[in-house]
Amino acid sequence: MLNVQGLHLWRGDRHVLRNVSFSVEPGRCALLTGRNGAGKTTLLRAIAGLLEPEEGAVTWRGAPARATRDAFHAETVYLGHEPPLKGDLTGRENLGFSVGIRRAVTAAEIDAALTRTGAREFADRQVRTLSAGQRRRIALAGVLLAEATLWLLDEPTTNLDADGQQLVAELAADHLAKQGLIVAAVHHSLPLPADRVVGIELAA
Amino acid sequence: MKTPALSVAVLVARRDLRLAFRKPSQLLQPLLFFLIVATLFPLTLTPELSRLRDAAPGVLWVGALLSSLLALEFLFREDAQDGTLEQFALSGQSLTWMLFAKTCTHWLLTGVPLALAAPLAAGALGVPTAAMPGLIAALLLGSFAMSLTGAISAGLTLGARRGGVLLSLLSLPLAVPILVFGADATQRAIAGDDFAAPMYLLGAIAVLGITLAPLAAAAAVRIGLE
Amino acid sequence: MNWVWFHRFGSPPWVYGFARRWAPWIGAAAAIAMGIALYGGLVLAPPDYQQKDAFRIVYVHAPSAMLSLAIYSTMAVAAAVGLIWRMKVAHAAAAACAPIGAWFTVATLGTGMLWGKPMWGTYWAWDPRLTSELVLLFLYLGYMGLRAAIEDPVKADKASALLAIVGIVNVPIIKYSVNWWNSLHQPATRLIGEADMGKGMVWPLLLMFLAFTLYFAAVFLVRLRAELLRRERTASWIREALT
Repeated sequence: MLNVQGLHLWRGDRHVLRNVSFSVEPGRCALLTGRNGAGKTTLLRAIAGLLEPEEGAVTWRGAPARATRDAFHAETVYLGHEPPLKGDLTGRENLGFSVGIRRAVTAAEIDAALTRTGAREFADRQVRTLSAGQRRRIALAGVLLAEATLWLLDEPTTNLDADGQQLVAELAADHLAKQGLIVAAVHHSLPLPADRVVGIELAA
Repeated sequence: MKTPALSVAVLVARRDLRLAFRKPSQLLQPLLFFLIVATLFPLTLTPELSRLRDAAPGVLWVGALLSSLLALEFLFREDAQDGTLEQFALSGQSLTWMLFAKTCTHWLLTGVPLALAAPLAAGALGVPTAAMPGLIAALLLGSFAMSLTGAISAGLTLGARRGGVLLSLLSLPLAVPILVFGADATQRAIAGDDFAAPMYLLGAIAVLGITLAPLAAAAAVRIGLE
Repeated sequence: MNWVWFHRFGSPPWVYGFARRWAPWIGAAAAIAMGIALYGGLVLAPPDYQQKDAFRIVYVHAPSAMLSLAIYSTMAVAAAVGLIWRMKVAHAAAAACAPIGAWFTVATLGTGMLWGKPMWGTYWAWDPRLTSELVLLFLYLGYMGLRAAIEDPVKADKASALLAIVGIVNVPIIKYSVNWWNSLHQPATRLIGEADMGKGMVWPLLLMFLAFTLYFAAVFLVRLRAELLRRERTASWIREALT
């Protein structure tokens, strides 16, 4: 369903992505591994449509993702290094906005998602008073609430304790079980059923 | 079901209003700047009100422009830095529409207070009370146009080093028509003449801005997010 | 329509070769045209009835003014082509145009000021055309400033392209507003750039327009080569091209 073909991307003079090709089917997860600077974040951003590759194409459901951009984005959720949250708003208010602009969401749904990611107790404090791990838990609730088919995750376990890392693995597994797709950049592998994982190693 | 466009605009406006009221100093600074600039001119020119009145349209409009340049810093920069602007671009909704909503909210928070506070500065520059409604109307329209064109420059300088100074340089040529017509409208209002003609032209620029500026700003933001 | 030539213009090596071959010839043609035109304008043409010999500055002023605007338009078109069809050469062309256009604007302002002294008795009198030229200079400087301030070259290309397009849409609006402003405050004084042209005065002027355009083309091609070299320095065709 997600097809990346012959992707080449330069950042300035650096040839960051060289002929990257892979595909992901429903229920599968592509794990991007590689050293720092290998281009994992660049690849995720290129798939998300934030970066334009010089050559190659990303296709979603058979159509070029660029051409059907809004429809593609409606089915995709991207979680970068830094959870995108406004410091002056509470976690709940942040989610109300970031999910609300995608689909109508009720307070009960937000509550349920926050409970699932263990963020409910600090959801009504301003985000700038929260630790990095707490922010990530709120961001993960946002990923759940987006009800997206494709998850693009850049190092989703950053700043999380052992419980949190377990949580990410569970959420990922649930999503795959519902025939969702995941492309995740990780430093250490995610504990997922091996038959659902495609490993992509990026060379620096 | 995808959120309808009007709700998206309301959500954006509500978010920005909420954020603004939690950090009100950000709003007050451009306004104070405008009032201070208006004070500097008498100090450097003359205390004679009759002579200040001649310079008033220029002082008020240049002051309004400088103030709006300061305020433009708050339009996109913070959102770009904490990653939330990216979420706008990835939401599957029209970025053009969302940025238009953002710009309008920004104008409500910066341009409107400036227009309403302008009589204070104008009175100090010898502008007669009868001219105040005309002044406010012209500044409302002009500041709206400045916010729209400023959104383009703000989007373009997102990826630039020392974007703030560059923002001013880019915005100045685009602001020339607004300044010319706005100052003319104010001048005519002070003289007690009919100021409809320059107001219509200001209006025309604002309409052109509404149709084209958000598109250009969205394109600029997408380039800046790369 | 034959699209082959269009695609050729998209190929950096081809354009580089084209520029290298043609720049000297165009430069020579420019020099010749300028020589003839200057002789015609400075020596052959009779002095103006009112301005005497001062009007002769029109032979440099008018072409500079025309080019400053024409180059901005060219820049905007090249930038749009680069943005829409994603052609690297088009972006390089836009970047090459900018400094040339800026200098022509400075030349227009400078010659305008020199003309102003005998015309009005002062170097600067807020003439509407000169004022528009001044704003045009700010547009050029803004474009070059934006390019310089963005590190990533692709981003710089795209952002400055967008700025050029926004600028070109604004140029007529700015001109209109400056004319409006001028008509409010000053009665119709003699505008810079006006000279009642007798027969012997016109042909050198037209030839100068041509000469300046050829000059621009020659300098542009040289700058374009330099731009392409800089942008494609890691590409393989460079080594061949430089030998």
